[in-house]
This record gives sequence, structure tokens and C-alpha cells, in this order.
Amino acid sequence: MVEQQLQILRPETLIAEFKSIGVTHVVTIPDSETNYLYELMAKEDWLEVVPVSREGESMAVALGLNVAGKVPVVLIQNTGMMESGDSIRGMALDTGFPLLMVVGYRGWTRKGHTPDSAAVYTEPFLNAFHLNYYLVETDEDGARITDAYNETVKTKRPVVVLIGDEYHGFNR
Amino acid sequence: MIESKEVFEAFQKHRGNAIVSVQGTSGKHWADVTTNQNRDISMGGAMGQSTAAIFGLALGLPNEKVVHFDTEGALLMNLGVLASIAGKKPANFVHFLLDNGCYATTGGQPVPNSEDIDYSVIAAGTGYAATYNFDDLEELSTSLDEIMSQDGPVFVAIKVPAEVENLPIGMRERRTSRSRGQTISDLRAELGIS
Repeated sequence: MVEQQLQILRPETLIAEFKSIGVTHVVTIPDSETNYLYELMAKEDWLEVVPVSREGESMAVALGLNVAGKVPVVLIQNTGMMESGDSIRGMALDTGFPLLMVVGYRGWTRKGHTPDSAAVYTEPFLNAFHLNYYLVETDEDGARITDAYNETVKTKRPVVVLIGDEYHGFNR
Repeated sequence: MIESKEVFEAFQKHRGNAIVSVQGTSGKHWADVTTNQNRDISMGGAMGQSTAAIFGLALGLPNEKVVHFDTEGALLMNLGVLASIAGKKPANFVHFLLDNGCYATTGGQPVPNSEDIDYSVIAAGTGYAATYNFDDLEELSTSLDEIMSQDGPVFVAIKVPAEVENLPIGMRERRTSRSRGQTISDLRAELGIS
């Protein structure tokens, strides 16, 4: 029998949080779990989507936007985040600018066991970089996105929101 | 080939009020040529990512001309950024590439396929609005007005001689220069960004 998650995280919740925060740009590489979110973002006239070719670019593009006085958010998957270690170091941690990174938690499961090494190494990676993070699984957790943003503004360090959606909700 | 300093001297005449970023061993000569340091910015700090950072700056400042002097070693580390830039079509972005064919800062080892690669063809293929290739100073000088006045993104590949540094980093002569953070602070103050 397939277990169903009782509550889901709707992409509209992320959009609403981004709008509330005042996000101007989402720098992103779409992943298989976020295609509907991508379509919704592209329709919003207050939000500019900046597609990049590799996740490491996203922190650098966000830095440039920050310097220009904008409010960027990075939206990537945990696999790409791990590939971006040097960019996180040099273009985010070392710069003294706030940066909210919303990261799809591929392989996340509430059961505490996953066969997906992308999930196995995600939190150890964040801990190695001393990056604080918040887990968002359902609409009820949406306010954590604003909490994470407020923390990144206060600390002038990147803060991560992990989207532990168990592959529900972001696809139509 | 064109000496890097000659490239900068020719460019300076057409700079206008542009924000300028330089990097790499060739870029050091810009400090001797620039007349508006408050609009010079350094965005290095992660391997091959300064181009992406300047691209972000150009997106965030659409009413400012933004000029980036890239190097081929850095660009090769993140060649996909060309497609990212071309995809957003920043009309205010001019992307120079000073191609010395090697990693000058690590002793002059050649970059992959250094003899045969044509970066302007790659940029054109990703969709840059215009691309150029120069190895002659006079041709570059007579084209700079057009390069700087048209809508971007514009890509300009220039062959320059390598200025190889072989001493251990700790023994190299250091030029007095502003830190990345200082250039960012100065530019934001210049632009009135708090």
C-alpha cells in the first residue's frame, strides 16, 4: 500500500512567501519536482526568473543582484548545492550579503532512512559549511521561509530552506 | 596579439560612465589606466564565477552600462554562463575576453585546446547579440565605438600575450589594490544604493 502524505506544500505557498519578503529575482535551475512552481513564478510580474546553467552560478548571480540593491533568492536542488561548494564559500559566505537558498531535498523521507545518497549527504554538507537551515514540508511550514529570510538579513549570511516535499505538490 | 595594457588604453577612451570589472593576470593593467575607480568593481572570489556575478549586476542595473573583462581560463570553468547571459539578453552588458591561452597565474600551463578554440563562435552559438574577434590593436580601436554603443550582450574575444607569474604566491610583488568588499561598497555609494 502506498503511503500518502496527508498535507502537501503547494507552490503557491512559496510564491506568497517570496512576495511577502519582497523577493525581486529567483535564480534557479529547475528540477523535476518544481516544474509547476517554475511556471507560476514566470507569470508573476513582480518577480524575475533568472535561469542559470549550473548551480554554482546561482550564488554569483545572486551576489551581483544583491550589490545592485535587489532581493534575490536561489532555488536549486540539493545535488546542485553540493556541487556548488566553492561558490557558496566565495560568493555567499565570504561576501557579507544576505542570501536565502531554497533547496529541494531530493530523497528526503520522514522515516529517517533513504537509499538516495543526495539526501544522506545534504545535512552533513550544510553542517560542514556552518549553514543554518529550516525544513519546510507542508503549507503549515511556509512561515519558516520568512523566518529563514529574516535570519539571513540579520546575520548577512546565507540561510537554507530545505524543501522536504517527498515529491508531492510541486508537480501538477 | 595585443598587449593587455593597450587593450585597456584603447577601451578607456570609450568607457564613458560604464561600470568596469577586470580579472586575471592581464587585468592588473586596468589599475594604471582607469580614471573612475568608484565605478570599477572586483567580483572574483570563487573559481570561474566572477562572470556570473557581473551578469547579475548587469541584470540588477539595467540603466547602467556594465563591462566585464574576462579570461579564458575562468570562462572555461563555467562555459555555461554564456548561455545564461544570452538567455536573459542584458542589453547593457559588454563581455570582453582577454585570451592568453594559458593559466598565467599558475605558471603558464595551456588551457585545454588553447591553440584552436574560438570563444567568439561559442558565444555566438549561445545567442549573444553580437560577437567580435581581434588580434590587431588598430582593428580593435576602430571597432570600440560600435561595440560600446550597440545593444548587448556583446562578446569581444581578444588575443593577448601571456604574462606568466612563476614565483610562489607569497613571493610575488603585490600591487596595492582595493579589496572586493571595498569596491562593492564604493560602487554602491556611487550609485546611491544603501
